Amino acid sequence: MNSISTAKTVTGAKRYSAGVMKYAEMGYWEPDYEPKETDVIALFRITPQDGVDAVEAAAAVAGESSTATWTVVWTDRLTACEKYRAKAYRVDPVPNSEGEYFAYIAYDLDLFEGGSIANLTASIIGNVFGFKPLKALRLEDMRLPVAYVKTFQGPATGIVVERERLNCYGRPLLGATVKPKLGLSGRNYGRVVYEALRGGLDFTKDDENINSQPFMHWRDRFLYCMEAVTRASAATGEVKGTYLNVTAATMEDMYERAEFAKALGSVVIMIDLVIGYTAIQSMAKWARANDMILHLHRAGHSTYTRQRSHGVSFRVIAKWMRLAGVDHLHAGTVVGKLEGDPATTKGYYDIFREEYNPMTLENGIFFDQDWASLNKMMPVASGGIHAGQMHQLIHYLGEDVVLQFGGGTIGHPQGIAAGATANRVALEAMIYARNSGRDYYNEGPEILKEAAKKCAPLQQALDTWKDVTFDYASTDSPDFVPTPAVAV
Amino acid sequence: MRLTQGQFSYLDDFTDEDIRVQAQYAIDQGWSVSVEYTDDPHPRNTYWEMWGHPMFDNPDAAAVVYEVNECRKLHGGKYIRVIAFDSSPGWESIRMSFIVNRPEVEPGFRLIRQEEEGRVVRYTIQSYACDRPEGQRYA
Repeated sequence: MNSISTAKTVTGAKRYSAGVMKYAEMGYWEPDYEPKETDVIALFRITPQDGVDAVEAAAAVAGESSTATWTVVWTDRLTACEKYRAKAYRVDPVPNSEGEYFAYIAYDLDLFEGGSIANLTASIIGNVFGFKPLKALRLEDMRLPVAYVKTFQGPATGIVVERERLNCYGRPLLGATVKPKLGLSGRNYGRVVYEALRGGLDFTKDDENINSQPFMHWRDRFLYCMEAVTRASAATGEVKGTYLNVTAATMEDMYERAEFAKALGSVVIMIDLVIGYTAIQSMAKWARANDMILHLHRAGHSTYTRQRSHGVSFRVIAKWMRLAGVDHLHAGTVVGKLEGDPATTKGYYDIFREEYNPMTLENGIFFDQDWASLNKMMPVASGGIHAGQMHQLIHYLGEDVVLQFGGGTIGHPQGIAAGATANRVALEAMIYARNSGRDYYNEGPEILKEAAKKCAPLQQALDTWKDVTFDYASTDSPDFVPTPAVAV
Repeated sequence: MRLTQGQFSYLDDFTDEDIRVQAQYAIDQGWSVSVEYTDDPHPRNTYWEMWGHPMFDNPDAAAVVYEVNECRKLHGGKYIRVIAFDSSPGWESIRMSFIVNRPEVEPGFRLIRQEEEGRVVRYTIQSYACDRPEGQRYA
């Protein structure tokens, strides 16, 4: 059992006498503190070790993520130390989760270097995550003040300009990841790109681990892919793209690959989350300077986002990536094969696409967040989705999203182009139905059946994947459930 | 070939009723609908000719259908599209775009490859229709 103490900050000379003192007494617990508009606020889910007081644990998190060390130091008195101390100001037990607490911690803006995710994260998720008195610690959400948001570039292109460049409006974009993800030669790889794009997709995509391997070196891939992209563009009269993954061992390598993609006329390049925050910000800056859409594949995120008790929520990663400046980021499908509770996923999508996020506890959003006109990020839905789910996808994910049907395109019985056409027809038919006022969510299967009468590839897609769903319990659902106003 | 720009090019060509239904959706969202035409369908030809200004205060999609048909009288052998503008902050751009008229024959695009060193190819896409001067293409 853990208690919630009523510790008070020690003041005067006693505060600085040498030795060890409770964090909550050192000024890291200020229950009366009202966060300033310019404070960065972090919400942590803390699980103290047995017997550790929840307030002391929260104060320790505040201390270790700002100015504190394990003992009193007199050099504090050379600084405006009260300003630089992060302040835990609220600790609530987590509903229905014995032993877990939500700790709200406010940080003065001067603790952070402007425009640097690396600096922000070095404090907020630095030493503190290994702190012994805690069993587990999770960063659930952050409030980023406008003054701080304005120090970041934000998405290099943004949803609006991306659509203008692609000349594509009024419907989700369609994509597919080339499969098999490893082993194809450059020539064979480009074939998949060509077929998928000429069949009706807007984008194809390298997978996260396609870089420059013995079976296909990067230059070869870029050359064949751009032949495919341009051929498909000529065949349809549409702007097409393929996310050329420039992820590499060094920044120098990544810049070289990005420059080559630009020279070949690509509209988009891709990086993986594993390259790190600074590298992501560098590529975002390059993308802004070179009119390039920047796709980020969130490779690796589940190592720290998936478990509810420890790590960093994906909603926080999404906020950091919007600041860092990527244009596309994977955000879940709800109905596909990868983790994604509908309410939590809606919270992510709102963080990507809205100008302002009001606090929405049922979607896991704990703070009002003003994005201060930073560009919007295009969410990407990928992983185990197919044409038969089109009504559900549009219902849950909306219009400004890239729907990526990898297996659902390439696995089509009549070939890749037929698979692409099936997806495009299903999409356009569903958008048509929605716009004309039909109850497309409930009538979805009917709408698809009607569209398939005129499109054999769609009929074949529906027959092949008709009942495929991935219905597993989510490991990361919101802690707060709205109480219905009317009993059902 | 079939030019597949716009959000409904993979469906059957639109009837007047289809145009009305989709334009009314745009109007009901608070967007302004306008009609544009071109005889240069290059994917990066951003500025099609405007058939008048966007219909900023028009509440009824029947007027859009009327303008499309007026435009057809003069430019029936060309591409005509309907687009919807959203002036709300943070968007201030196009929300919908769909083709409502196409030439009888769509000759498509030529892909020109300029071969350079290191296997690099510079690509250019040209509409076959643009071999002829503006105004003398298609019909």
